[in-house]
Amino acid sequence: MKLKTLMLSVAVGALATSAAVAEDMTIVSWGGAYSASQDAAYHQPYMANNAGVNIINDESAAEAIAKLRAMKEAGNVTWDVVDAVAADALRACDEGLAIELDADTQLAPAPDGTPASEDFGDLLVSPCFIPQIVYSTTFGYRTDKVGATPPDDICDVFDLAAYPGKRALEKRPINNVEWALLCDGVAKEDVYKVLGTPEGVDQALAKLGTIKDSVVWWASGSETPQLLADGEVVIGSTYNGRLFALIEEQKQPVGMLWDAQVFDLDGWIIPTGLSPEREARALDYVKFATGTQQLADQAKYISYGPARASSAPLVGKHATLGIEMAPHMPTDPNNAKNTFLYNYEFWADNRDDIDAKFQAWLAK
Amino acid sequence: MTDIAASETGTTSEVLTTRDGVPLKRSLARALRREKMRALMLIAPLLLFILLAFVAPIADMLFRSVENNIVQNTLPNTVVALRDWNPNSGEIPGEPVFEALAGDLKIAVSQKTHTRLGSRLNYEQPGIASMFRKSGRKVKNLEEPPYREQFIEIHEGWGTVENWATIKQFSSKYTDGYFLSAIDRERTEQGIAEKPEKEQIYLFLFGRTFFLSVTITISCILLGYPIAFLLANLPLRSSNLLMIMVLLPFWTSLLVRTSAWKVLLQQQGVINDFLVWTGLVTDAGRLVMINNQTGTIIAMTHILLPFMILPLYSVMKTISPTYVRAAKSLGANDWTAFWKVYFPNTIPGIGAGSILCFILSIGFYITPELVGGTSGIFISNRIAYHISSSLNWGLGAALGVILLAIVMLFYWMYDKIVGIDNVKLG
Amino acid sequence: MAAKKSGKGGSAKNSATDKSYVRFENVQKSYDGEVLVVKDLNLDIPKGEFVTMLGPSGSGKTTCLMMLAGFEPATHGEIFLNDSPINMVPPHKRGIGMVFQNYALFPHMTIAENLAFPLQVRGMSKPDQEERVKRILDMVELPLMAGRRPAQLSGGQAQRVAVARALVFEPDLVLMDEPLGALDKQLREQMQYEIKHIHESLGVTVVYVTHDQTEALTMSDRVAVFNDGVIQQLSSPESLYEDPKNSFVAQFIGENNKLNGVVKGISKGICTVKLANGTIVKADQVNVDNVGDGTTLSIRPERIELQPKDKMDNIIEGRIEELIYLGDHIRVRMNVAGNDEFIVKVRNRGQKRNLSEGQKTKIGWANTDCKALDLVA
Repeated sequence: MKLKTLMLSVAVGALATSAAVAEDMTIVSWGGAYSASQDAAYHQPYMANNAGVNIINDESAAEAIAKLRAMKEAGNVTWDVVDAVAADALRACDEGLAIELDADTQLAPAPDGTPASEDFGDLLVSPCFIPQIVYSTTFGYRTDKVGATPPDDICDVFDLAAYPGKRALEKRPINNVEWALLCDGVAKEDVYKVLGTPEGVDQALAKLGTIKDSVVWWASGSETPQLLADGEVVIGSTYNGRLFALIEEQKQPVGMLWDAQVFDLDGWIIPTGLSPEREARALDYVKFATGTQQLADQAKYISYGPARASSAPLVGKHATLGIEMAPHMPTDPNNAKNTFLYNYEFWADNRDDIDAKFQAWLAK
Repeated sequence: MTDIAASETGTTSEVLTTRDGVPLKRSLARALRREKMRALMLIAPLLLFILLAFVAPIADMLFRSVENNIVQNTLPNTVVALRDWNPNSGEIPGEPVFEALAGDLKIAVSQKTHTRLGSRLNYEQPGIASMFRKSGRKVKNLEEPPYREQFIEIHEGWGTVENWATIKQFSSKYTDGYFLSAIDRERTEQGIAEKPEKEQIYLFLFGRTFFLSVTITISCILLGYPIAFLLANLPLRSSNLLMIMVLLPFWTSLLVRTSAWKVLLQQQGVINDFLVWTGLVTDAGRLVMINNQTGTIIAMTHILLPFMILPLYSVMKTISPTYVRAAKSLGANDWTAFWKVYFPNTIPGIGAGSILCFILSIGFYITPELVGGTSGIFISNRIAYHISSSLNWGLGAALGVILLAIVMLFYWMYDKIVGIDNVKLG
Repeated sequence: MAAKKSGKGGSAKNSATDKSYVRFENVQKSYDGEVLVVKDLNLDIPKGEFVTMLGPSGSGKTTCLMMLAGFEPATHGEIFLNDSPINMVPPHKRGIGMVFQNYALFPHMTIAENLAFPLQVRGMSKPDQEERVKRILDMVELPLMAGRRPAQLSGGQAQRVAVARALVFEPDLVLMDEPLGALDKQLREQMQYEIKHIHESLGVTVVYVTHDQTEALTMSDRVAVFNDGVIQQLSSPESLYEDPKNSFVAQFIGENNKLNGVVKGISKGICTVKLANGTIVKADQVNVDNVGDGTTLSIRPERIELQPKDKMDNIIEGRIEELIYLGDHIRVRMNVAGNDEFIVKVRNRGQKRNLSEGQKTKIGWANTDCKALDLVA
């Protein structure tokens, strides 16, 4: 009798594990607070609704495209859903690493029935890309080290006389060259036209050259908050969510400089080469996770704007701090007085070329 | 064993045979074959593992530095049609090429390979990626021939000679383009030429990687030698403790150690705070010791130090203290005894440690990335960038091949100058 | 210990004067502050003498040599070289040649470079160096080895080079620390004569350390027998063998039979001793003072007569336990007065002897061949 129960329970257990193995879904994201916000807003509700699906978090988003390409070549794609910035999504799409999908049929419409393609609008920058958040790359400054007149203009970053001290900039040309041109007298609408010429790149690098000796170049978004907190830099660029955490959660003496913030998108891609069942499950997850309410929910945990127009009114208070999140969104009218739109097409074409020049300039 | 046999038979003029007339050498070889087979069987699992998990992937990766099937595979007819076209003519190709292109592109779009070709060619000619992407979307709307004007209508890039020249230049199955890029060269109408100075970076970075690696190796020798000496000469108990301290860095993660250096070296860091507190430097004159070459050298010397100390230690351990005593009894003072007698005997250890440190540091990338700023980064950082970020694996592979060749060259030079037999790990 | 007064065999032929060249005065040495490795050493070595420090390992002989060479400081006492104290003189200024146990030839130098090294550090000119190196190589009969490296030499060749290197700068004093320990027996014997010969022809003072008594007896003018940090006896090889001053020396040098007993009477240097089984024997009084003291008698196996025909000072009975045929002599192991390790050597003169195992037989010896020494267990 005892033996029989034991064998039965072992059999049941084995069945349960094999079921769980079959339903594992690996989602690749950036780790840290960002993954935590996704877990709270998407993963947990999704798993609650879909018993038997077990979401595994992988934090390799930073090199996701390269790894995806290696997996594709090896013929063994182990990831189901990948979080990627729009530029990477474009690249993955070009490389045939991500499936294309149709927003209206494969994504949820807004609660009022507006089709997804309209709800997301211009943010659907690639057929492979399902937008999730709008974030911006912008500046934070040490309130205690900028004197009586805090910086309120992007060109203050280039003004060593008014704001002496080190700056933190990302170790890549994107954003930096646009800002340089804006502060070198190029009109906003002409920036990419100018950048498209070798002389334009030289002009941008020359402008950056005026502060080159005072720049600490960062490679990971976590560096600038640390540099600001340590007082190593006076002003530095990073993602707005990182600055929010630094200011509101860690209460550091840091202020936001929203001027000429560069909007960028982050969202999902689904790898090609998945089995039909896995692909269907991944699509189901993405459809759920990019629903109006879910996108609004994520904003409770991190100050990135939801990608759907219909989510904006639903953004509420921070889950633990209890402060209104709307004023901290890059899309808030007060913050978005002067914004800059990232040109995906331009960078997809010119990134390697300008990057080579930028790195050569940096190295010397 | 076989050597002895060979040299012995070499001295006699006639071939030695066993009693039944079989040449002795053959008989010996047969007797040894079993032993060799057994040795092979013993190493077989590891050999197989290395071949599958190490040699094959590396060979595959390196092959990418010359491989260039994609143009021919994606636009087979266009490539053939382009053979008769001369880029130096200054004219874009004629209608037959566009007709072939229309056919090729339709197939490529249905297989979704045209964007991959676009991103491949975009490494050579910026703008081609979007040309293929846009054309792919509209190729199904092409009307009846002639196609030439229609294509230029879709994207003006089809009307420029440069784009066509790029397609033609990279239409062969193999390319030297990646290698040319890796040494800051490019193929122009006049042949191979240097890239514009503002785009030259790789040779410069190879040079800097070499220079920094040598500097790091030398600082490892300077710092490691006394420690290794102490380790080899202290009584066992104290030397064990010291050995643990030498090995301690191995037990903490590379990232943690590198981050610790950040805390120490940055301008608001511990060392600068201390220096300001003692008044050695002013608050405004805080030293810049990180995010530059100094930072890279300090952090990497720390990381690689055990690789210098351990071979040095194991060599010093074998040097009998009687050598120094003998030298002193023969009239040498402390310095002469060290320099003329002790030091020459430690050269194999210095050699082994230097090779280890140098080869490890020439391929380092995580530490320079974190503390090197812009002036302290290595060639490996660019390789990593091309592998994981720009996805230009061909160029990454070419840089990797060159790096590998340089390492082998140094190894060979070392063998010629010092002799690899003089390297001892213990 | 009482080294000075026991300088009985010190009148060696090479000591031109009695003036001491090397002098240890009340030298003590301790490594850990708890145990004395060398206990109050006093030793005088005249110029030109060949003195061997002989003793088991751990007896302090090598430590004495190292103190003399300057590699170990004396914990107490003073060492004089040519009448000047040298405790504070670093090794390289002492001008003492030294041959090490493993030769310590510098492996990265050729033989010629090894030999030139002491000349070079003394700033001798290149031609002079070459001339001297050539001469010394000729002396050790290795003229063709100049360009070789130490690893390419045989043990005997390396040994000769080591000796040559210690002599090439013409020191007055040469120390040798078990230099022949690594050689096989035949080569060792050959080298003993060569070193002896070199010593005689150059007239240098040699202090030689070994644990091999044959080596010590063959080569030395005088031998200092070390045990437990103390010189047990310092005398010529002959008197060391013939007149051991205590049981340790008697047992350490050559072969000796031990018989323990109690002194029953002493008269005119002859003791009457009662052995364990009650037998009474007579022995030469050497290291016992009082009637009633325990004593160990020591008799050389070759001085015992088996089945003595003539009248002898002592005749007692023993039982033959074992016969071992060794060609030139027969080793007879006997049980004598309760000691069954009692050895008698019988010279093989060709005539038949009726010896068999288990047989009881008489043995005899002269009083002067049996030494009454301090009691050992």
